Amino acid sequence: MTMIFGVPLMVFMGQLMLGLINGAFYALLSLGLAVIFGLLKIVNFAHGAMYMLGAFATLLGLQYLGLNYWVALLLVPLVVGGLGMVIERLILRRIAHLDHLYGLLLTFGLALIFEGTLINFFGVSGSSYPTPTALEGGMNLGFMFLPTYRAWVLVAALVVCLGTWFIIERTRLGAYLRAGTENPALMQAFGVNVPQLITLTYGFGVALAAFAGVLAAPLYPVSPTMGSSLLIVVFAVVVIGGMGSILGAVITGLAMGLIEGLTKVYYPEAANTVIFLVMILVLLLRPAGLFGKEA
Amino acid sequence: MATTQHLTPAMQRQRNARLRRNGLYLVLIVIGLLAPLAIYPVFLMKVLCFALFACAFNLLLGYAGLLSFGHAAFLATGGYFTGIMLASYPGLTPELGILIGTLAAVVLGTLFGVLAIRRQGIYFAMVTLALAQMMFFFFVQAPFTGGEDGLHGVPRGELFGLISLSDNLNMYYFVFAVFVIGFAIIQRTVHSPYGQVLKAIRENEPRAVSLGYNVDAYKLVAFVLSAGLAGLAGSTKTVVFQLASLTDAHWHMSGEVILMTLLGGVGTLFGPVVGAGLVVSLQTQLAQSPLGNWVSVILGLIFVVCVLSFRSGIVGEIQKMVRKNFK
Repeated sequence: MTMIFGVPLMVFMGQLMLGLINGAFYALLSLGLAVIFGLLKIVNFAHGAMYMLGAFATLLGLQYLGLNYWVALLLVPLVVGGLGMVIERLILRRIAHLDHLYGLLLTFGLALIFEGTLINFFGVSGSSYPTPTALEGGMNLGFMFLPTYRAWVLVAALVVCLGTWFIIERTRLGAYLRAGTENPALMQAFGVNVPQLITLTYGFGVALAAFAGVLAAPLYPVSPTMGSSLLIVVFAVVVIGGMGSILGAVITGLAMGLIEGLTKVYYPEAANTVIFLVMILVLLLRPAGLFGKEA
Repeated sequence: MATTQHLTPAMQRQRNARLRRNGLYLVLIVIGLLAPLAIYPVFLMKVLCFALFACAFNLLLGYAGLLSFGHAAFLATGGYFTGIMLASYPGLTPELGILIGTLAAVVLGTLFGVLAIRRQGIYFAMVTLALAQMMFFFFVQAPFTGGEDGLHGVPRGELFGLISLSDNLNMYYFVFAVFVIGFAIIQRTVHSPYGQVLKAIRENEPRAVSLGYNVDAYKLVAFVLSAGLAGLAGSTKTVVFQLASLTDAHWHMSGEVILMTLLGGVGTLFGPVVGAGLVVSLQTQLAQSPLGNWVSVILGLIFVVCVLSFRSGIVGEIQKMVRKNFK
């Protein structure tokens, strides 16, 4: 059997694939954080909770309403995104004029509320969600076994990331968004409805998190705490990549997933902490982040 | 009174303010000394430990404008080091154990501080949160922390080898002394020229730079001081409860200390003490009631309400009221 630095090729590729999947989630979540931060200047601490709500809505939709995976994939981001828009409209807007730290604190409070409420009803142990029938099984690529669902997650995440990049960089709406990031007051003077744009942007960022949640439901145990621990890693990813660039966020997310996967192969004890170590290294060598422009 | 005649009205006012402040401190110390006669000492000790923790955190947020989302790491580091030292060396007296735990937090604070002050604002918060999470994983895996179970049965020992701390009242007065020392350090720091520069940095960092202050050095010292005092709180807490556990290292703890400070009043000396008292009482009361499972939801709600409409906190609002009515 082929070996790579003393590890069988199959194992090596398998871990790399797992890392890449994790990376896809880092990419989706840090992308949403970056989009929200760009216009609202808020670091959305509730992002992990929104991801968790996405996964939970998928699970409960199947259990109580009989909604299948594909319906959930379409519906859940819309519903959770709508919830996000309500939150922005009713709560976040009131503190928009304050120091950005208050936004972080407020969304932290929201995250505690969502997480705590769900823990009360469903406990902390996770439930599993069945892999959709169309995506069961897998293919043997010769050098590794690729489960179809994992391949689907990777493709779906990348398509959504690139789609977001396209909308922001290549469409009129995206041009408004970028201009709003630079100078919202001037945009307003030009007759663009900036408050509406802000509501939509927050809703969109939250919908991205919920979409990631739907993708995650068949992969990871669905539990109320699934979002918070992931979010802290995503924060580290954001510090590494900087929030200035869409593609930067995607590339950093995927790369960090791969590094984590590699660490699992060669030094499993450090798999939890390797991304934080990379963050330390980046802070020492390039404090503004790999793709960052320090404000 | 010959001397008072030479004082300008401004100096007179300042002198009166200082007298009033010292009077207030004296009253509070007397209350602190008498409190265990009326209230269960173990509860009071818990409040004092968290009050010191919150005061340490407030030194950073309230006076340097730096929001650390990773202060749990220092609380836990102090606690674990003290716990390990006291459990493995029976000859060690508790005050030395606490000193070692505090030093460990100072060392960690220096490392974290050097890294975190390289980024500003929002990023500072995220960096400290990530570093603290790294410490959490370290404590989970390290062989000497007892993992999920934590360190149990840390001996309280005898203070200076003389006074037995197994007696709750003795323990209380020791904790009270630790708190007063910690609070005095913070009070002196805030009112010193160094504290004034810190506030200047908080208000306008570029301006402080252009005035020639080494802003990074000032921030780092504040960070290390805050981390050390948080470690002191954690160390003392370990001796009181004879326990060091992962709860102290979890990011929820970093959030709780922010809530205590916010609720009591950011940037006020007594705010964190009031906030810690309220949050600890609330947790204790809720734990015994049918709402016990809703603690984190209720804390979240308080967070939201505080940020939306109560940003000065309790002590901050009182100060505002006093200023409006008595000036």
